[in-house]
Amino acid sequence: MTLTLPRSYQGANGAAGPLLFLEGADRVALGEWVTVRIPGTTDRRGQVIDAGDKVTVVQVLDEPMGLAPGRAEVTLTGEVARAVVGKELIGRALSGVGLPLDGLPPPVGEALRPVNGAPMNPSRRVRPSEFIETGVSAIDGLNTLVRGQKLPVFSGPGLPALELAASIVEQARAPRGEPFAVVFAGIGITARETRRFLDRFTKAGALERSVLYLNQASDPTIERLLCPRMALTAAEYLAFECGLHVLVVMADLTHYCEALREIATARQEIPGRRGYPGYMYTDLATIFERAGILRGRPGSVTQLPILTMPDDDITHPIPDLTGYITEGQVVLGRDLHRRGVFPPIDVLPSLSRLMNAGIGKGRTVPEHRQWADQLYALYAQGREARLMAAIVGEAGLGAADRRALQFGEAFEKEFIGQPLGRRTLPETLDAGWRLLEAFPRDDLTRISDAAWAARQAARAAAP
Amino acid sequence: MTAPALIRRVTGTLVEAAPLPGVGLYELAAVGSGGLLGEVIRLAGDRATLQVYEETNGLEVGEPVSPSGRALEIELGPGLLGSVLDGLGRPLAALAAHSGDFLTAGANVPTLDPARWWTFGPALAAGATVAPGDVLGTVEERPGFAHRILVPPGVRGTLAHITGGRYTVHETIAELADGTRFTLAQRWPVRRPRPVAARLPDDRPFLTGQRILDFLFPVAEGGTVAVPGGFGTGKTVIEQSLAKWADADLIVYIGCGERGNEMAEVLSEFPELTDPRTGRSLMDRTIMVVNTSNMPVAAREASVYLGVTLAEYYRDQGYRVALMADSLSRWAEALREISARLSDMPGEEGYPTYLASRLGSFYERAGRVQCAGTPERTGALTLITAISPPGGDFSEPVTQACLRVAGAVWALDPALAHQRQFPAVDWEVSYSEYLQGTLPWFEQEAGTGWTDARRRLLELLQRGRELKEIAALIGPDALQDEDRLVLEVARLIRELVLGQSAYSATDASSPAGKTLALARLVLALHDAARAAIAAGKALERLDLAHQRRHIAAVRDAGPEAWPQAAETAHAELARLGKEAV
Repeated sequence: MTLTLPRSYQGANGAAGPLLFLEGADRVALGEWVTVRIPGTTDRRGQVIDAGDKVTVVQVLDEPMGLAPGRAEVTLTGEVARAVVGKELIGRALSGVGLPLDGLPPPVGEALRPVNGAPMNPSRRVRPSEFIETGVSAIDGLNTLVRGQKLPVFSGPGLPALELAASIVEQARAPRGEPFAVVFAGIGITARETRRFLDRFTKAGALERSVLYLNQASDPTIERLLCPRMALTAAEYLAFECGLHVLVVMADLTHYCEALREIATARQEIPGRRGYPGYMYTDLATIFERAGILRGRPGSVTQLPILTMPDDDITHPIPDLTGYITEGQVVLGRDLHRRGVFPPIDVLPSLSRLMNAGIGKGRTVPEHRQWADQLYALYAQGREARLMAAIVGEAGLGAADRRALQFGEAFEKEFIGQPLGRRTLPETLDAGWRLLEAFPRDDLTRISDAAWAARQAARAAAP
Repeated sequence: MTAPALIRRVTGTLVEAAPLPGVGLYELAAVGSGGLLGEVIRLAGDRATLQVYEETNGLEVGEPVSPSGRALEIELGPGLLGSVLDGLGRPLAALAAHSGDFLTAGANVPTLDPARWWTFGPALAAGATVAPGDVLGTVEERPGFAHRILVPPGVRGTLAHITGGRYTVHETIAELADGTRFTLAQRWPVRRPRPVAARLPDDRPFLTGQRILDFLFPVAEGGTVAVPGGFGTGKTVIEQSLAKWADADLIVYIGCGERGNEMAEVLSEFPELTDPRTGRSLMDRTIMVVNTSNMPVAAREASVYLGVTLAEYYRDQGYRVALMADSLSRWAEALREISARLSDMPGEEGYPTYLASRLGSFYERAGRVQCAGTPERTGALTLITAISPPGGDFSEPVTQACLRVAGAVWALDPALAHQRQFPAVDWEVSYSEYLQGTLPWFEQEAGTGWTDARRRLLELLQRGRELKEIAALIGPDALQDEDRLVLEVARLIRELVLGQSAYSATDASSPAGKTLALARLVLALHDAARAAIAAGKALERLDLAHQRRHIAAVRDAGPEAWPQAAETAHAELARLGKEAV
């Protein structure tokens, strides 16, 4: 599109929260990048969110305090928001809008890219099917992550989602030692959380392979809208231009959505569910859909977004809309956490939609699907039995339910829980099989005779 | 000549432009110097509001807007089969050739390849009188698939000449005495239903190959189904299973606001799969309309109309077409997003008040029909629409509006999905209004006793559910043997009859005969076990696991093997209660 040259205007006509209203501007473009200069304060940046021949609405990214429309010099830059991208960014820590936080000079990079990106042509996408071993049994075994997937972690307040993400980053091994990088977008997270996460990162030696975009809780809310887009623009460049396999960890998307709601309210838009704007689905999609693999390009973007379910409510609009866009979800359970299980992954509501493409013959093991289905079915039965036992007592249960109940307990402790840390896939599979073998063969209705025979043969052959 | 129209305001996907005194509602215009496609949706004085089908970021106030005089149309003709289009009818492959791996605004590529040659065989001769819908001749669009070239709606007259031979889609194949020319391609405005001669009754089933659907909640050919389900309940898997296995001549699949990787999966999988009925690639009978969630929202709104128009066009040729839309909730959200930007007074949950009427008229485009024109032929358009209720809450406006108009509902239940019971169709909430019409067909074609077996199966499921609640209070051990048997049989029904793996090599699709055989086997098992208990045998002493294995073998047997397996399983039943445990 034909963006024009910079134009400056003395004085704006109004301000409301992070919004600045400007009248009489010429040839304004939607999404145009704006700088706002008020004598005696640092320059602010903003973006045109409503371009009109009468009134133009600018969303101001920095601190609104002291924003005096009458004294503002507003410059329309003639450009859309762009991010510096390049391999040079690896190892850097930047703010949510791309300014250095690590005391080094601003990155020069290799290119400037519009932060909004463009949708991938679906016909150019490669179907994600490469298994990523995270070392977490509940994921590798039951909710397999594959390259190019977007698999969010649904957490609750106080649940160790960042720890889980950190251990995945530490443990996720690129098969065949291909080059990879981590891009971390901290969206509105506290200094404490940031420090904890970075400590883990540093210890694991992951920092030199990472780009960090940190929008802290104390930063202006509105920067939260830009932060994930900065991170993804950098990630797309690393993946599709530099050929790296990029894992993007974003925390916490709940803060992002709240910022979105704040802006929508300031614009007096008609709210959708619980005050969130009606376009939140589309807006989130423009973030999540930037995961993927493209035909004929070596790299990939895999996303591991983290969000907090307000009041652990999975039907809240934020987890709900996310779940409709992402390819599954890993749900953390408070019960498990309370009982000291780490990682406290509640596998029943968890799901990886791309699992089937990533497992099976030639990828993991041929019987992976039925093995997982069997564990799921028995665990579901075990949970039901637990409810029943709470009413009628364990003694009142039938033999099958009693077995399922015991299985459920053991499954949570020995399979979901990983006190010893990382497990390889064979270790995960073995842990599952050992639990299954406590049942009579006839109870394992999902396991085919061939798979059963193969397991028994393998066990006999093992030392 | 008035002053040229210029952009006056850009907000989200909406653009206001003036002066546009002569334009009409739903007229298309080229917006901005990049020529983005926009549609007039509101007029006030000489100021028009347009919804723009492409990315509006970077669009400037003061750029030109030029109206086209046409509505949003799609070009219909040979070459559609196997193609993958965006919400505006542009082939994604052509877009990739035009602008690379990422989509950019303003790409102008035709739906039908203008350079491709087709061989046209006329069915009529010069001098024939033709009316709308008459078959002028055929083109073999894919091996074995005759694409009938129809006289477009509203055109009639006497053929001055008609000549067979090789043509591109825009060359004249025939001409009327009044000079009207026919080409292989014709255009149609997507928001308008294509005319038919008459609607026919819903008396034959649309076979899905999914036991729980065919057996419990059948849909008629030309019927409409709503498939509501929270995320992760398997909506997309059901839609894809139907696209693969359902008994239809042609599938139109609309990915409306869904995931890019999912579309990549379909695009990599479908060409590899063979259509069991023709032995050719599944892609040969499929047209896909893809508008992923991050593609422009206005095009998402248009994509369902584009899809249904494509389906109607093949229906008019006399084919049985199934349209899958995944998901209508995303379409409704697009509507909401646009209406909010228009500052419409919102209805429930911010949706516009015209949501229900728009949905209603969309569903009405389904049906089994007597096609317009000669030779006489029938066609059908079956509509299967996924709905994604927020929070899995069916009381929300989109689900409720769909339930009011759909003829059948396959409600998906997260609890079943969590247990990995697939398809996770909740048999207590789901229903079908096509039972009356379709049961006679099943009785005749699948085997007598279908209706009766269906009724007994549902009764057992219902009784099983009641007993489970009682057992949860008093413990299963406190139940009578006979009741515990019902619990056990209900579990077997879920596992062996209703459960079906979409990923099974042999059981992903179940013919009606196999469905009935499985149901009968489980019912016969119940009868035999009940008799044994009545004769004094304890439930624990019955080897139900042995019987289960034999019935499971029937379920897992392929199309050739199941009848033999069913015989074996029936024979085994005779041993129930006689074995030593």
